[in-house]
Amino acid sequence: MFIAIGFMIFGGILGFLLRKKELRNISKIITILIWLLLFILGLEVGANPQIISGLTNIGVEALIITLAAVSGSAVAALLLWKYINNRRKDFYEE
Amino acid sequence: MKSSIIIVSFFLLGLLFGHFEIISISAVDNDVSLYALCCLMFCVGLSLGNDFNTLKRFTRINSRFYLLPVATIVGTLLGCAIISFLLPGRSVMESMAVGSGFGYYSLSSIFITEYKGAELGTIALLSNILREIMALLLAPLFVKYFGKLAPISVGGATTMDTTLPIILKFSGKEFAVISVFHGFILDLSVPVLVTIFCSF
Repeated sequence: MFIAIGFMIFGGILGFLLRKKELRNISKIITILIWLLLFILGLEVGANPQIISGLTNIGVEALIITLAAVSGSAVAALLLWKYINNRRKDFYEE
Repeated sequence: MKSSIIIVSFFLLGLLFGHFEIISISAVDNDVSLYALCCLMFCVGLSLGNDFNTLKRFTRINSRFYLLPVATIVGTLLGCAIISFLLPGRSVMESMAVGSGFGYYSLSSIFITEYKGAELGTIALLSNILREIMALLLAPLFVKYFGKLAPISVGGATTMDTTLPIILKFSGKEFAVISVFHGFILDLSVPVLVTIFCSF
């Protein structure tokens, strides 16, 4: 399962070693691979009647998870923002 | 925006081809997507490691802001874990795997499909597209009620590219480097966290 991450780390090290060279075509290759993989995901979903018939439910579930994720991260950002501003005040008062 | 529409179009095209059996699913061997995924990850790593100028700029950030990616990850995962109890048939780990996309819908949906099947993969695709849309459209509201860091947190892994202009507009230009740093760390965390949560 971790093989894809291994490929990323290997790519990262190689990219760092080649940092003096400009790798121009990489972003194009990434885009094309993403197109291909999402096309394959579409194929699998389209051929699966269970998913197609449950698409509304899937959409609602996705929306609920998104709202939870977005609220959670917004609250965490608010707490960090307050913490940073309090520390800044202490710093000036000293 | 244009590139997002093209990406979604490819998914929809695949959906039609699959549904009307223009390309039957057996023709696309499962190994093809794994090979393509490994190539993709290799290229992603290559482009991140190669971008040395961006890496160098991160040393100029005020050390307290290094906590922002941590806050985003913890907040998102907590939210997803709590809400999973309201979703029958969805485990805590599955919900957190979807949340771990942090708006990076292409990569997270591909990974989750590979590990957990097309249904959860589709949920991840929709959920993370919605996250990016919310980050784009609701940025002024997040600044108003949750402070200037909130649009960056909500933007997740997209804050180094697609949502960066919006963040600079509503949080301020001084958040540019923090936003790129945040997006960089979240980008890296997506495959790692998704893989971890899918392995349970």
